[in-house]
Amino acid sequence: MAVVVYLESQKGVVKKTGLEVTSYGRALAENLGVPLIGVGFNLSETKALDSYGINILYNINTSEDLYFNVERYGTTLAGIVTKEKGSIVVVSSSADGRYLGPYVAAKLQAAYLSNVVALPSQYSPLKVERSCFTNKAFNETVSQKDCTILSLASNAYGLKEKHGAVKVRSEVYAEGSNSLKVTAVDLATDKVSIADADIVVSGGRGLKGPENWHLIEDLATVLGAATACSKPVSDMGWRPHSEHVGQTGKPVASNLYIAIGVSGAIQHLAGINASKVKVVINNDPEAPFFKAADYGIVGDAFEVVPKLIEKLKARKY
Amino acid sequence: MNILVCISPVPDTTSKINFKDGNTAFETQGIQFIINPNDEFGLTRAIHLQQKIGAQVTVVTVGDASCESILRKCLAIGADRAIRVDLQPQDGFQVATQLAALCKKSSYDIIITGRESIDYNGGMVGGVLAVQLEMPYVPNCVHLELNGNEVILQREIDGGKESLSAQLPILIGAQKGLVEEKDLIIPNMRGIMQARQKPLEVVMPIEVAPATEVEKYEKPPEKEAVKLVDAEDIDGLIDLLTNEAKVL
Repeated sequence: MAVVVYLESQKGVVKKTGLEVTSYGRALAENLGVPLIGVGFNLSETKALDSYGINILYNINTSEDLYFNVERYGTTLAGIVTKEKGSIVVVSSSADGRYLGPYVAAKLQAAYLSNVVALPSQYSPLKVERSCFTNKAFNETVSQKDCTILSLASNAYGLKEKHGAVKVRSEVYAEGSNSLKVTAVDLATDKVSIADADIVVSGGRGLKGPENWHLIEDLATVLGAATACSKPVSDMGWRPHSEHVGQTGKPVASNLYIAIGVSGAIQHLAGINASKVKVVINNDPEAPFFKAADYGIVGDAFEVVPKLIEKLKARKY
Repeated sequence: MNILVCISPVPDTTSKINFKDGNTAFETQGIQFIINPNDEFGLTRAIHLQQKIGAQVTVVTVGDASCESILRKCLAIGADRAIRVDLQPQDGFQVATQLAALCKKSSYDIIITGRESIDYNGGMVGGVLAVQLEMPYVPNCVHLELNGNEVILQREIDGGKESLSAQLPILIGAQKGLVEEKDLIIPNMRGIMQARQKPLEVVMPIEVAPATEVEKYEKPPEKEAVKLVDAEDIDGLIDLLTNEAKVL
């Protein structure tokens, strides 16, 4: 038996999401008394993993695949899980993690559970808590299979270090077909993505127009945050829909979520419910967001936000 | 060109979520069901292809007879025919396996699922179906164009977009961006009348056990009241976020 974690990486370096699933997988492996196996693809830097207690690291060189490739990664990962007799596989809730999880589950005829928010309450059979109804509820779900793929909700477990030497196995694999060809990857390199951000600053209709978005962007810059927006704002074309947060948009599970001029429609609140601390700035004290927030300021965003930016700039160093 | 769009009826996005039978089942009383928004973006793209190249659009759902009003709505939007697999499914694995059995009996060039349903958020039907049908699969799909047998696609990834190409047949997980909100089709009276005459076939399910079982539901704990800070006291807010919430 073993616990297997997928080490998501970018440009050869394991991402925070990869370290979080490793932290979670470590706890599972300890509770079960089995080894923790990490599987990464084309990793150039594995030193950081020494702090997370992986017993065996498979660093797979897929040579020609520069980008994530679900067929090859999924087939290879499934092969390692079979070889190592993995009973639990953990992937993240990133776009690639959610792509890979069901694929590997189907390959292994295993169960798949997304949005897992806590350690299992029981191991045989495996029982975990997951969020559903876009964070409006949770459910306790029991796997009916011997092998289960868990997709861990972002920021649900956090990073927990555990030192120990890693045994690295570098292998070259080229398993799986390759029916999808990636022709280009367009990453906004100068911005923090909503999925990777510790802090998200979000703007709503209260900002009156796209020409005022410098308030959101300046605040995000000083905080090292990602920018987001409400559904009406993306529907009106003020901001790209990739920034739309909510039930039909992106979920946000950041440590801090700052909503400016967002009234707080139920669909928006569902989408951000997994964020740890929520702050609202709105001139309408009746805005529903005040019921969902931890901290709030009733006031004009055009006065409050510039002051907040000034104070934060002054505070920094 | 045959397109299959997989539809999941879900509670309206404004619904308050409650549970019954000792928190073991979703309380559907008083809930208005809608086409899962991600599926509706996919259906709309399928109708665009129907109008442009004369594709035949079939919609399918796995569910009991109460799902038929949602299928009729899809027909009113413009789908040519509907299929209902007569099973109240317990998880996404069951849904995907039923759909795979159905797909193996026909030949679809494009199969569309939603990125995820907004009720159970399983997010697995497309991926599992792809493996069972041995078809290429692109989730979080925000662009789909055809160039003969070639499909040009875009997938939303964390912090950007990935462009892909593949040969038909293809399976995608649709989401907002594949079409825009303003492109969604509101059925008109003619569409609603025609929908009544369009075929809605009920097929028997195959035997397949679910891979997971929900034991119990719960709602998030009640939130404590918001701490209000005076609009003049920005230092107070920064202090709370730094020392109390410890997020700065």
